Amino acid sequence: MAEPVTLSRKDFSSDQEVRWCPGCGDYSVLTAVQLLLPEMGLRPENQVFVSGIGCSSRFPYYMNTYGVHSIHGRAPAFATGIATARPDLDVWVITGDGDSLSIGGNHTIHALRRNVNLTILMFNNQIYGLTKGQYSPTSEVGKVTKSTPFGSVDHPFNPISVALGVEASFVARTHDMDRKHMMETFRRAHDHQGAAFVEIYQNCNVFNDGAFDGIVAKDQRAEMLINLRHGEPIVFGDEGQHGVIIEDGEARIVEVASVGLDRIAVHDEHRVDPSFAFALSRLSWGPVMPTPIGIFRDVERPVYEHEVARQLAAAQESGVADLDALLGAGNTWDVV
Amino acid sequence: MTAETTSPVQPPETLERVVIRFAGDSGDGMQLVGDRFTDVSAAFGNDLATLPNYPAEIRAPAGTIAGVSSFQVHIAGRDIVTPGDAPNLLVAMNPAALKANIGDLIPGGAIIANTDAFEPRNLEKAGYLGNPLEDGSLSSYRLYAIPMTTLTLEAAKDTGAKPRDAERSKNFFALGLIAWMYTRPLESILAWIDERFAKNKIVHDANLAAFKAGYHFGETAEIFEHAYAVPAAKLEPGRYRNITGNVATAYGLIAAAQQAKLPLFLASYPITPASDILHELSKHKKFGVRTVQAEDEIAAAGMAIGASYAGHLGVTTTSGPGVDLKSESMGLAVSIELPMLLIDVQRGGPSTGLPTKTEQADLMLAMYGRHGEAPMPIVAAYSPSNCFDAVIEGARIALKYQTPVMILTDGYLANGSEPWRYPTSAELPDISVPFQTETNGEHPDGTPRYLPYLRDPETLARPWAIPGTPGLMHRVGGIEKQDVTGNVNYEPANHELMMHLRADKIAGIAADIPLVEVDDPSGEAELLVLGWGSTWGAIQAAARRVREGGAKVAHAHLMHLNPFPSNLGDVLRRYPKVLVPEMNLGQLSRLVRAEYLVDAQSLTKVQGLPFRAAELEAKMLEMING
Ligand code: SF4
Repeated sequence: MAEPVTLSRKDFSSDQEVRWCPGCGDYSVLTAVQLLLPEMGLRPENQVFVSGIGCSSRFPYYMNTYGVHSIHGRAPAFATGIATARPDLDVWVITGDGDSLSIGGNHTIHALRRNVNLTILMFNNQIYGLTKGQYSPTSEVGKVTKSTPFGSVDHPFNPISVALGVEASFVARTHDMDRKHMMETFRRAHDHQGAAFVEIYQNCNVFNDGAFDGIVAKDQRAEMLINLRHGEPIVFGDEGQHGVIIEDGEARIVEVASVGLDRIAVHDEHRVDPSFAFALSRLSWGPVMPTPIGIFRDVERPVYEHEVARQLAAAQESGVADLDALLGAGNTWDVV
Repeated sequence: MTAETTSPVQPPETLERVVIRFAGDSGDGMQLVGDRFTDVSAAFGNDLATLPNYPAEIRAPAGTIAGVSSFQVHIAGRDIVTPGDAPNLLVAMNPAALKANIGDLIPGGAIIANTDAFEPRNLEKAGYLGNPLEDGSLSSYRLYAIPMTTLTLEAAKDTGAKPRDAERSKNFFALGLIAWMYTRPLESILAWIDERFAKNKIVHDANLAAFKAGYHFGETAEIFEHAYAVPAAKLEPGRYRNITGNVATAYGLIAAAQQAKLPLFLASYPITPASDILHELSKHKKFGVRTVQAEDEIAAAGMAIGASYAGHLGVTTTSGPGVDLKSESMGLAVSIELPMLLIDVQRGGPSTGLPTKTEQADLMLAMYGRHGEAPMPIVAAYSPSNCFDAVIEGARIALKYQTPVMILTDGYLANGSEPWRYPTSAELPDISVPFQTETNGEHPDGTPRYLPYLRDPETLARPWAIPGTPGLMHRVGGIEKQDVTGNVNYEPANHELMMHLRADKIAGIAADIPLVEVDDPSGEAELLVLGWGSTWGAIQAAARRVREGGAKVAHAHLMHLNPFPSNLGDVLRRYPKVLVPEMNLGQLSRLVRAEYLVDAQSLTKVQGLPFRAAELEAKMLEMING
């Protein structure tokens, strides 16, 4: 057996020139993934990146792995086919807010419901970039864009709430300004058995610049990002002075000093019931209030393709597949 | 109950062929009776063809014309090709069934009617003013009025079935009676009743009692002069079974995957009349068949393409509305050049159209129903059992040329059945193609690289390298690709080259498919009838009649519709007159006129029902004599 070779970022980078706008948040996500895969000891030939349509969906072209740049909204369907056929592969879905929650909403929720073993990286920039700036299903009400000159009247999706609502077994949020947090979140998402949904706040510096500045800018993070850590009280602020309590199923932000640390909710990623995580997801309506990041939920649930394979194996154990026997089953007769 | 003790007193009269139509309310179990009668006749050795016809609604209003369900079966002691134009015998379980079907019965034909159902409410629902069984309006037919419900209740009274439940066994009474009339061997029906109702003794006993009562009624009631015998047909020697088009399609897929040495992957969304293919394949996990019921038609296409990318034989099955939805995905499959099958069990359109009725109106959709130039090979089955061969041929083309292929069947083929001299697996072709496992090119510096669009010079197929293969990592996608490298490329000349390469690849398949054969026994016909798909049987039957009448006609039938067989133009130009009958408004005729500049005449029928041989015969004679 050959010695295991240590791979580097270069081994996961294709020879294609990256064509996102200079300064686009997509670059930092690409870097995080290209650094993570060799760090995790993964082989490029066993990775398949499947995307839909949109700026982020060009991602597979830049990975020196297998990849399918499919059609708008349908990446989860292509990925489900690949994963169900070949449970031995690592299948990643690269998608955006329009791709996964507008035209492809149906496929997203069904891939999560089935719990197909996919790592779904959803680049949320709250805008349509590739078509040059229309509002998206995650854009805030009132958003002025080319297609909403008087402001959008559409109520937006909260992607984390959507994923939890369809009982996704792994749900997390990260952002493009923190490579370490991205890599750690992607690593956990990859290691999770079943569908992992990761929302990435991603800056589109051309059509929606600074959409997340209010929470991800360095000087805002302490007050505006609530880092979820399993087993720890959910607190934030420079000195951990703010905290989250859950009352009547509703999450609220309080001052720790005023209620006592005992009443602060302790984060538990593994709760079977998604209500706790759902309550956390409702804390922030878009990136203008203190917003939780990290892993909302990580539970075990039967994995779709494993169950498919199990039924196949059971059937194959119970008898040999004989085409001649199949064709000749039931009433047959001879003509001489 | 054995054949000996129940033989009629009078010897049966031998018939060469008979067409029977079972008709009743949707809830009357007519499809089941038809299936059983077909099964026993097939096993007996008759040649046969069937035509089920049922409403789209699961429970259409009881007793109304809209709720009538029927099953026509043609059995013969010789080789036949259609379910028959007109029934010799109509079994009418209620007034609506009589009203909806009487017009099709041959003059002087026989009617067996369930008199119990001819009561005022049902007569009114069917739109009868009086009772046709009593008012003499059926005097030109042989009418057998039998209180089937009463006799069934009487027969089932000791089985423990409540009258309301026992009444539902009346279809078995009808089956028993018809089994007697046509001297069917009983063993297989009795065995089927035992097996099917093994878990419910009361239902089993009631159905068995009703069946026997029907059989004995025929024998003892003295209203029938004698029974009939339809002898076994002298078919080509071999081992036969009966098969429907949808089951033949499912078996064809299992066989194709085996002959391709690939796992089979089916993703499908439920749709009439294609769902039975999904049902059938879901049973055969033993063969390594993976079936996914997708969230919608689009997902089903995407999953199938994904499975093909991963190295399986990816298949999606649907009907017209589903093909519409899959169009964009098929364009991607054309662009990324992967082998997969899209099976369209055509039904009446447009829109929801006639979900349970047959039509051939998706040919143009199969040819052109994708944006951009996106050619797909098309293979069409021409009989229920031919669905098996069409699927294997489609898979052969898909794999050899690395392309999605459209398989066209239709509702008539899907649900119709016929005896099938099924092949052994040893007789099936090997259609496997190797995966690419080595690099096939070099970088300028001499290091090896994989070129995903480096084509086979003969077939123009690109190599198929599947994920998991070291060193062959590559990306595919819907954006235009550079020739050879497959890299994203927007250059004008490259796009034109790729358009031509994709078109030439499909056109080149013409050299690899059989020439179209012409059935022209005299070699002197002036009229050529060109058909495709399920019209085959009706055209064959009509051509026979024309020839029996002393006239000459030639018949050619297309299984490959894109590309056409390479000799089609020559064949068409050899005949001064060309007729193209189709269950659409003239789609193939338009294609051959455009392609070959021949004056092909169109004969169309869009009633949700197949052509009758008589309709075709009349048109053929008109053109021959015209
Ligand atoms: S348009 Fe926006 S999202 Fe798209 S590449 Fe440019 S900056 Fe990135």
